[in-house]
Amino acid sequence: MKKDRRDFLKIAGLAAVAGIGAPSAFGSLLRGSDEALAAAPAAGGEEAAKSGKRLGMVINVRAFAAQPELAEKCTEVCHSIHNVPDFGNPKDEIKWIWKDKYNNVFADSSHYKRPGGLAEVPVLALCNHCDKPPCVRACPTKATFKKSDGVVAMDYHRCIGCRFCMAACPYGARSFNWRDPRGKDENGNPFIKTLNPKFPARMRGVVEKCNFCTERLAVGQIPACVEAVAGTGAMFFGDLNDPNSEISQILSLYYTVQRKPSLGTYPSLFYII
Amino acid sequence: MIEKALTGSKGYWAWMIFLLAIMGMGGMFYTQQWNYGLGITGMSRDVTWGIYISQFTFLVGVAAGGLMLVLPYYLHNYKEFGRITILGEFMAIAAVIMCLMFILADLGQPIRALNVMLYPTPNSMLFWDMIVLNGYLFLNVVCGWAVLHAEYKGVKYSSWVKKLILLSIPWAVSIHTVTAFLYCGLPGRHFWLTAILAPRFLASAFAAGPALLLVVALIMERTTFFKVGQVAKDKLVTIIGYAAIINFFFLACEFFVGFYSNIPGHMHTLEYLFWGLSHDGHVYNNLVPFMRASVVMGIVGIALIFVSRSKKSDGLLAASCVLIFLSLWIDKGLGLVLGGFVPNMLEQVTEYYPTVPEIGVTAAIWATGFFVLTLLYKVAISVKLEKES
Amino acid sequence: MYGTGRIIPALAIFLGFMTFAVWYNAGQAQQPPKPEKPKDYKECVAPTEYMRTSHMVLLNEWRDDILRNGGPRTGVTANGTSYTRSLQNGCMNCHNDKKKFCDTCHTYAAVKPYCWDCHLEPMKEAM
Repeated sequence: MKKDRRDFLKIAGLAAVAGIGAPSAFGSLLRGSDEALAAAPAAGGEEAAKSGKRLGMVINVRAFAAQPELAEKCTEVCHSIHNVPDFGNPKDEIKWIWKDKYNNVFADSSHYKRPGGLAEVPVLALCNHCDKPPCVRACPTKATFKKSDGVVAMDYHRCIGCRFCMAACPYGARSFNWRDPRGKDENGNPFIKTLNPKFPARMRGVVEKCNFCTERLAVGQIPACVEAVAGTGAMFFGDLNDPNSEISQILSLYYTVQRKPSLGTYPSLFYII
Repeated sequence: MIEKALTGSKGYWAWMIFLLAIMGMGGMFYTQQWNYGLGITGMSRDVTWGIYISQFTFLVGVAAGGLMLVLPYYLHNYKEFGRITILGEFMAIAAVIMCLMFILADLGQPIRALNVMLYPTPNSMLFWDMIVLNGYLFLNVVCGWAVLHAEYKGVKYSSWVKKLILLSIPWAVSIHTVTAFLYCGLPGRHFWLTAILAPRFLASAFAAGPALLLVVALIMERTTFFKVGQVAKDKLVTIIGYAAIINFFFLACEFFVGFYSNIPGHMHTLEYLFWGLSHDGHVYNNLVPFMRASVVMGIVGIALIFVSRSKKSDGLLAASCVLIFLSLWIDKGLGLVLGGFVPNMLEQVTEYYPTVPEIGVTAAIWATGFFVLTLLYKVAISVKLEKES
Repeated sequence: MYGTGRIIPALAIFLGFMTFAVWYNAGQAQQPPKPEKPKDYKECVAPTEYMRTSHMVLLNEWRDDILRNGGPRTGVTANGTSYTRSLQNGCMNCHNDKKKFCDTCHTYAAVKPYCWDCHLEPMKEAM
């Protein structure tokens, strides 16, 4: 309580001196993550946040090319444990992790002479848990924020449903509850087929997205999608800043790409094509 | 002073009851939305903002447009605007009220709206928009009312009012700048990601705001003894005409940058808005007729407004103002916000069509704005006519 | 004062309506709610008095601490019993009947917490 008030005063004071203390106020405007923006932004390709924990994921598109059914499996397991509703139409659709075409996931690659079949390979898309997330910058209530381990999380209790984060996300990773996710369709079938009693659902009027299975990480498990494809080499998960982690090893062995790296969001998702 | 709004002609009462009826109808639609959720609108996962937010964006411009009357009068002592400055301030009040209502109508969890103040977040442009909009509303209510009340009492307004009026001038610029910053700071939305978005917003605001005001003022000239004055009208023509020309110049700049640079992201939305975007063998073009009409109406309107001045024709002036207003309403109140979502972040196309309840709520908020505007103008005109007679 | 003949009776009627609930229930002792406590557990995460008045504060603290500060997901009671700091996976483990526990007081006090819009109450068949 006391801390909240102090925070408030700090921010109110900051707002008041915005005119005089322009540089510091500007810094706070740009602040999207815990990391202060003290250092000058690095040149295009360089990565941010080299200290502390930064969880990330590698998606091996080659493995999905060999076993295309894996992609669907990831979506199923994720959506069922997180009580993600299925409205059966694209307008109301809510998705945390889904398969899309290569041409859409990597929409800015204009190269059309590619290895045959790549256009048909299911490529997984999900929240990139950016190091400099534009959604966190946009949220007017801090309902979405960056955790110290790099996960971009949401507090559904605080979300006012303005959908500014959805406009800000360059990856289309966010979904809005246009209607009651706990409701039923015309035939009386619930939108959430079977409820997972260990995880909450959401309510109407809030935004939701992939949480990198933060609830599973807390009890020492890996994200459900990574677990679902275990043993196939299709996905890897771990701390990007730990040079000895499996994911760091993979990233040093394979050439990987990120989605829309030119936007300066520093995604924590990497794809082996 | 407010009692002036409680007496009026049959026409006045009929108009007010008509507006109240629309507001009641919209209230019923809003109840539906409240019970079902925003899914009752045409918005979707891909087009996450619809006509609520686009009306909000446009109306911030109408509110800021009042500046074009306040600034010449108070800063440059341009006496000819003395009789209509108050109309600019009162129009700003009605417009900001509509803005706030549109934001509330668009929230998924409106009862949590105060979270924006409970958890102040300076890195969010929406937080600043909340501050500047409410501040502008406060400034215009206080200044407008204080000045009119002084006139009513036959005295000069206090000196602190002048300070607030001077503050309201840069503040008007800030409301539309911050509103543009909502859009132009988002990486990946190429159509919005342009540094001239704020200047363009201001240019269209300085045309649309005074144009609406002039139409209303001409109607009042017909129905009351109120007179704007020929010199003031001519000056407004200059302001509206040039602001509209600058807006179209900015639009042309957007076309040049998009198509000469040949960067796909910068062309897609313009293609979608003006020619239609083909995707997977289908051409998506539901906004094309509107956008083309906007350009035609804008050009015709600009030409006519200067003709109306040389011919001293009020009819032509009203018609050209209506054309310019509609043109800018389509440009910013439809194309700008809706277009920004096409194509989506994965270069897929979803078109947006507003639903009946959504249009109903929108109409009701406009009606509320006109209700407030009529009320305030009734008071202002009555006071002015009383002093002059 | 003019219009006295109408104003006074109108005020009386208005006051009568406003105080209806008071005099309608006068003389009848109201039963305070008796939420059913779990039989198998003797101790809660905090003293009963505190829980009765401030359980919602505690829940908010847990949420903000876990979600925003990376706080621990488990806590320990005064007597050393470990518990999960969670409404759905903690509280409802012991208080496994929402209707007999939560709803009893909430209905009495006419409060409608929005917890259950998202959080799932214990499902009988699952146990």
